[in-house]
Amino acid sequence: MSAEIIDLVRENVIQGRVTRDDEGIEEGMVGQPGVTELITEALDLGVNIADIITEGLTASMETVGEKFENEEYYIPDMLASAEAVGVAMELLEPHLARNGIKPKGKMLIATVKGDLHDIGKNIVSILLRGAGYIVKDIGHDAEPQDIVNAVREEKPDYLGLSALLTSTMVNMEEIIKALKENGLRDKVRVIIGGAPVTQEYAESIGADGYGADGFHAVAVVEALSSGK
Amino acid sequence: MPREGILIENPIERLSGEQVRQIHDASIDILNDPGLLCFNKKAAEVFQSHGAEVSAISGSGTPCWGVKIPERLVAGALESAPKTVKLGARNPYNTLIMNGDESRVFFITGSETNIWLDVDFPTYVSKLDSSREIKVPEFHPRRGTVADLCDSAHVCEHLETVDGYIRTVNIQDKDITEDNKDVNKFFACLDNTTKHVMSGLTSLKQLDNVVRMAEIIAGGPEKLKENPLISFITCLVKSPLQFVDDTTETFMEVCKRGLPIVVSSSPQAGTSAPIKEAGIMAQINAEVLAGITLGQLVNKGTPVLYGSVPVRARMDTLGDSYGSIETSQYNIDCVQMARFYKLPNYSTSGVSDVKIPGQQSSIERLFSDILVTLSGPQFLHCAFGLLDCNSVFCLLQAVLDDAHFKMIKFFLKSPRINEQELDTIKKQIKEVVATPQKMFINYIRPVMRSGEISPPYPYEAEGEVDSVFALANDRLEELRAKPVEHIDPETTARIFREIPGLLLRLNVYKGES
Repeated sequence: MSAEIIDLVRENVIQGRVTRDDEGIEEGMVGQPGVTELITEALDLGVNIADIITEGLTASMETVGEKFENEEYYIPDMLASAEAVGVAMELLEPHLARNGIKPKGKMLIATVKGDLHDIGKNIVSILLRGAGYIVKDIGHDAEPQDIVNAVREEKPDYLGLSALLTSTMVNMEEIIKALKENGLRDKVRVIIGGAPVTQEYAESIGADGYGADGFHAVAVVEALSSGK
Repeated sequence: MPREGILIENPIERLSGEQVRQIHDASIDILNDPGLLCFNKKAAEVFQSHGAEVSAISGSGTPCWGVKIPERLVAGALESAPKTVKLGARNPYNTLIMNGDESRVFFITGSETNIWLDVDFPTYVSKLDSSREIKVPEFHPRRGTVADLCDSAHVCEHLETVDGYIRTVNIQDKDITEDNKDVNKFFACLDNTTKHVMSGLTSLKQLDNVVRMAEIIAGGPEKLKENPLISFITCLVKSPLQFVDDTTETFMEVCKRGLPIVVSSSPQAGTSAPIKEAGIMAQINAEVLAGITLGQLVNKGTPVLYGSVPVRARMDTLGDSYGSIETSQYNIDCVQMARFYKLPNYSTSGVSDVKIPGQQSSIERLFSDILVTLSGPQFLHCAFGLLDCNSVFCLLQAVLDDAHFKMIKFFLKSPRINEQELDTIKKQIKEVVATPQKMFINYIRPVMRSGEISPPYPYEAEGEVDSVFALANDRLEELRAKPVEHIDPETTARIFREIPGLLLRLNVYKGES
């Protein structure tokens, strides 16, 4: 039964189906349980959570990655699958500690003050959740002090900052200064991204990493996570 | 099931209804006075026997007649010319049905060029930094051969947007003569594409051999009538207003055989036609009407296409300028004139003035391809691969053009806006607005897979380089590697037995017992 339900989780992540109402890619899937219903059922049945994560979620994302590499899948497909994994992780999160499973990490993410453009930030959130990270999204047009307060309260491993405009990009430096002033800079790794941002800019303001796009951002977090 | 083409639901028009009528009236006046100079005796006799005013013109040394065509003859021809023309194909799924009152566009290759353009990609090293190398396309012109024609027909068979095939290159091999050129060019085309094949005729003496070859492939004379897998194009009228002796003779003989034929005129505004739009339009329309009238007098009901290849003269050389804006204007005007007569139109777009593929070529051809397509001609002789004003053919350019036409066809899909669609969208918007991320990405996937999202440009490079030519060349090589659907061995053997003049090297089965 456990193996069967994990197979279904894997298949539905590959199909990018969060709930039973989602279409997926193949015909005739609407009405069948999606990842939400399957994870809930698995928890009720007491399926091993480590198996759900490794054999269900991680394995399926590897398949999705291969399909993307082979140009069988496009970014919307990747995002749908990542979103399904993110939802699964949210359902599993309360059970991780008592099963001795440590999350890969936690990211606080925001679009900086004065900037309403949050598509990139949202995509990074979905992809990170899909990669097994806990993501706390504090939205767009975020005041530096609100971000500092959230870092203090949430104690994230990573802080992701996004900006689309050169005029708002400068607020990233203000946030890093504010983290230093509040004694928090060495508690969190800061990763920045957005259309006007470059690796050089990230280095110039003392950020720890720069994500050129959503996938690169995940790779940067993974690299920081593994100490590379 | 014939090919679908692309239906233009609301064709663009430049001329008002009144202007169309005024051009028609002016053309009728021109046909009556001064009329046409006719250098073909039989044609002059045909006109005379049907009541046209024909008078011998002396003094030039070449036999010539003045022909004044009365309006009633033109009206009768417009009445009897079929409003629907079927162009058949070896593969029936490649049949083209052209209705004069339906703006359904088919994209066809053409015309015949003398020069074939090869391309290669030599490596260049930077003078400033010898570690930096780039591959740059270089183009090499040479005389076209029958092998090139086979290659072109085969590649065009696999280019999705090519609906039919006009021979693209003049075959100039040493063993090709005036007496065997026609059978070899038609066979090279027919043996390498299953799409409709159209060509001009070099020698009238070869007409019956070509028709016989088509009959063998179609399965007999009656089958060829049902499925006219070949058609012809003739420029019987040389601008201004002259029936040429040999092409007029050829035209009449094709008409007698009842196969589809394009009555084409190609005046050049500024030299062989007035520079002003009203002038070239009145003249080209008169010239095409004169040809159609002759065709219907020779054989009532002959399927004809209203063929228009108007072009403006270059002011620097007085050569053709297919890339000029006016050339597109004239072509769109001609589409309207043909529609006025409810006759299928053979129109022109996509020819570039420049000698090699590049930015000018892309700009000029895409400009005319989009606009003339939107005007809704039925047979858009859209110059896949043509450069240097119809003098040069480049298969790489044809592959690039195929991508252009995919874009144009996508653009012309009908908008899917209706109550049901809008109800679904309202629900979708309500759902997304209620989510924290407020993104519609989840709804992309079914739309993406249904083909409703246009694909990216296929030859886009990564990074700060332009790899369009290199990637298109990779695609060309892929197409070349695809199988060729040749005529079957038995039919091929019969063709080589019964049709004189065919080059043995064109028989792909010659090594087989």
